[in-house]
Amino acid sequence: MVHFTAEEKAAITSVWGKVNVEETGGEALGRLLVVYPWTQRFFDSFGNLSSASAILGNPKVKAHGKKVLTSLGEAVKNLDNLKVTFSKLSELHCDKLHVDPENFRLLGNVLVVVLAIHFGKEFTPEVHAAWQKLVTGVASALAHKYH
Amino acid sequence: RDTSGSFYEFQASPSSEQGGHRTVYPVKTSLSLLPRLFTSYPQTKTYFPHFDLHHGSAQMHAHGAKVVSAIGDAVKNIDNIKSALSKLSELHAYILRVDPVNFKLLSHCLLVTVAAHFPAEFTAEAHAAWDKFLSIVSSVLTEKYR
Repeated sequence: MVHFTAEEKAAITSVWGKVNVEETGGEALGRLLVVYPWTQRFFDSFGNLSSASAILGNPKVKAHGKKVLTSLGEAVKNLDNLKVTFSKLSELHCDKLHVDPENFRLLGNVLVVVLAIHFGKEFTPEVHAAWQKLVTGVASALAHKYH
Repeated sequence: RDTSGSFYEFQASPSSEQGGHRTVYPVKTSLSLLPRLFTSYPQTKTYFPHFDLHHGSAQMHAHGAKVVSAIGDAVKNIDNIKSALSKLSELHAYILRVDPVNFKLLSHCLLVTVAAHFPAEFTAEAHAAWDKFLSIVSSVLTEKYR
């Protein structure tokens, strides 16, 4: 199980407090689809994904990104209990959505890059590392119920 | 190609459009690269038992700058990365033997470093180009492993 130190928790919650969930979610999901185009395979129903600007402007991408990041907010509130927090979502991603867990790692890393863009110098190596730990923990929790 | 090339000019001189190659900015941006790698992925420190790994160590600065400079060489020779990095490829295969998984980790940290320093320039397209470029560099550096 992932254990976060007090400093790591502080780094995570202080950054989270300043995040615009709607914008950041759309940005992160959009970048995932741009940087790793094969991830578009899950979003055939999303309409125009033909270019970076189409993807980043796509309302379905933005809405879904917001949904995903809102769910990450649950992780931030339950840092000591990630596996339980994501148990149902894990089953969903395996049984209904059929998403390779590697995609959780890719999205987590894209989110970290987006945070670096927004926070710049404030995103120090220590803050960065705390967030890497979080996204790794979330990815692992989401993969936990796979069978 | 366009994004990586002009981006290295951003690294060299963010204020000018042409971008003369000054050494100041690559050094600046390289400063947090290794600290990020070692803090997020402590297992990578196992390759540096001989280094002083404290924040701000001269060895770390120098090594970070070396890495960024080599990547700069690859950018300048983006159509022939294999030949530009040939010696480094041999070094990594026969002497350093860094496990291939670590190139992904360092590449990610480089993306974060660049994103933090150049938020406006690091668009989704630039991000995609850099990720692709670094993945090719990593491939070249590990291609002689076996």
